[in-house]
Amino acid sequence: MTAVFKREMKAYFTMPVGYIVIAVMLLLSGMYFSYMCKSSYSNISFVFSSISSIALLMAPIITMRLFSEDRKQKVDQALFTAPVKLISIVFGKFLAAFTLFMIPMGITLIYQIVLAFTADINWLLYLSDILGIALMGAAILSIGLFISALTESQMIAGIFGMAVSFFIMQIDYFASAVNVEWFSSFCTSVSFISRYNAFTSGQFDFSNIVFFISVVVIFLYFTHLVLDKKRWA
Amino acid sequence: MIEVKNLSKRYGAHIAVKDASFTISKGEIVGFLGPNGAGKSTIMNILTGYISLTSGSATIGGFDIVDHPEQAKRHIGYLPEHPPLYLDMTVREYLNFIYDLKKVKFPKKPHIDEICKLVSIEDVENRLIKNLSKGYRQRVGVAQALVGNPDVLILDEPTVGLDPKQITQFRKLIEALGKHHTVIVSSHILSEIQAVCKRILIINDGEIVADDTADNLAKNLSSDHTLNLRVQGPQAEIEKTLLGIRGVLSVKCLGVVEKGSLDFEIEPEETADVRKDIFNRLSDRKWPILEFTTEEMSLEHIFLRLTDGKFTVPTKKTAKKNTEVEFTSSILDSNKEDDE
Repeated sequence: MTAVFKREMKAYFTMPVGYIVIAVMLLLSGMYFSYMCKSSYSNISFVFSSISSIALLMAPIITMRLFSEDRKQKVDQALFTAPVKLISIVFGKFLAAFTLFMIPMGITLIYQIVLAFTADINWLLYLSDILGIALMGAAILSIGLFISALTESQMIAGIFGMAVSFFIMQIDYFASAVNVEWFSSFCTSVSFISRYNAFTSGQFDFSNIVFFISVVVIFLYFTHLVLDKKRWA
Repeated sequence: MIEVKNLSKRYGAHIAVKDASFTISKGEIVGFLGPNGAGKSTIMNILTGYISLTSGSATIGGFDIVDHPEQAKRHIGYLPEHPPLYLDMTVREYLNFIYDLKKVKFPKKPHIDEICKLVSIEDVENRLIKNLSKGYRQRVGVAQALVGNPDVLILDEPTVGLDPKQITQFRKLIEALGKHHTVIVSSHILSEIQAVCKRILIINDGEIVADDTADNLAKNLSSDHTLNLRVQGPQAEIEKTLLGIRGVLSVKCLGVVEKGSLDFEIEPEETADVRKDIFNRLSDRKWPILEFTTEEMSLEHIFLRLTDGKFTVPTKKTAKKNTEVEFTSSILDSNKEDDE
C-alpha cells in the first residue's frame, strides 16, 4: 500500500496534474478569502461553502488517471502479479488522491491564522469545515477511482467523472424541480452539497459522517470488485 | 516447482487454454513455443495470477495460485509481453517502487545495484523510462522481474523488438539466470527457444501438442528421412538407376538448381539404409554426386507440422499419458482444403 501511495504521490508532482489541482483550488479559495476580507466578514466557512463545487469538479481530474492509465500502459500486470492484496493497491491509490486533494485544503489553515490576528474566530467551526471537505472529498474521490477502474482511457474517466460530479451538484435542484415526494426526499438524502453545507454551517450531524464514509467504503469495494472481475472475465 | 493440472481458460465461447497439464521442476529452463494467439501468454498470465483460470489448478512452489495467491506470487518474477513500466519514473525510482511493492527483505541498494549490473542498465539508472529505447525498456522489464530474487522467472516473448546483438546478449542473460532460477520463456520464434531451452512445450490453439527436449522432438518426428541428391547426368537414366536400388520407394526429380546438374528427392524404406548403394551405383555410371544430404527434420519443420495439425506426437508428462494428442477434425479439414 505504501509503495503504491508513494509512487502515485510522486507521479502527481512529476506530471503537471498535482500542481494544476493545487493551483486551481488555491486560486479559488484565495479569491473567496479576499472577497470575504473585503466585506469584513470573518467566518472562513464562507470560503469552504463556496469552493464545494470546484472541489467536486477537481476530484475527477485527480482520480481519472489512477487505474485507467495503469491498464493502458499495462503496468497493472506488475501490480496485480505482485504478492500484495488487490485491496491494498486500491487503498494506496485512494490515499494518494485524498492526500493531494487535502493539500490545498490544509493550506487554508494559513487563511485562518491570518484571520486570527484580526478577529475572533471559531476554531471548532474550522475543524468542522475541514472534516466536511475531507469527507465529501473522500466520497467523490472514491467514485472517481471507481470510474477510473472501468475504462482504459483517462479522458473518458475524466469526462465521465465530471459528469457525475455535475450531477451531484445539481441533485438539490432535482429535488425541488420534481414534484414527487419520494423522489425529492431521496434526492435530498443523497445530496452531497446539502450534507456538506451542514458541516460548514457548524451543524454536527453524525448521519452525515456515516453517509460519506459509507459512500467511500461502497465505492472502494466496487473498485475492488471491478478489478477483480476483470481477472475472472 | 510449477505444477499445472488440467488447466482451462474460457472467454465466453472462446477457449483460450484447453486442459493443459505439465510440471516444471526446479532449475529447468522451459520454452513455450507456439504461433501468435496460441495461448502462451494466457497460460503465463494464469500462472502469475494476473488472470484467473476457468478450471483445473496451478501451483507454484507448492502454493495454489487461486487459493494462496500471495504466497504463490512471492515465488514469481514476471516479464509480460509488454514490459509493465511507469514511463514517468527513472529506472532507479521504478525499481525502488517494485522493491517496495513486492515487500522484498534484502538490503535495498545493494540488491537493486546487483540487478542493474546483471541486466546492464547501470548507465541508464537515472534516466526517465520514457526516454529509453525498446531494448533498454525490455531490460528494465527483466530487472523488475528479478527484484526480490524469485525462484521462478516467467518471461513472455522477452526478445521481441530487440536487435540481433541484443538478442544474443539476452540469450546469455537467460542462460545465466537459468543457473539459479526456474525459467519459462515463450516465443513464436523457434531458433530462440532452441538456443536457450532444454525442454520445449509446443502450444497450439490452447493445447499442449508436444512436451519434450528439442532433440527428442526432432528424433520422434523425423521418421521419414528423405534423402536429397544433386547429380550430373541424364535425368531418365538416373531415375531408373535409383529406382533399381533395393529399399528405394520413390524418386522425384526436383529440377535444376545448380547449372548442369539435377536434384532428386529419394524416399527410402524406413528401415533401409540406401546411401552406400546410391553412391556405388552412381559412381559406377560415372555420374558425379555433387551434394548428398539426409533431411533431418529441423525443429522449424516440426513446429510447422505440429501447429498445422498434420502430426501427432506422444506427449510426455501430461495427464493423458501415452495417449496421442488428437487434433480436432476441423483443423484437419481446413488443412485438407489448403492442400487442395
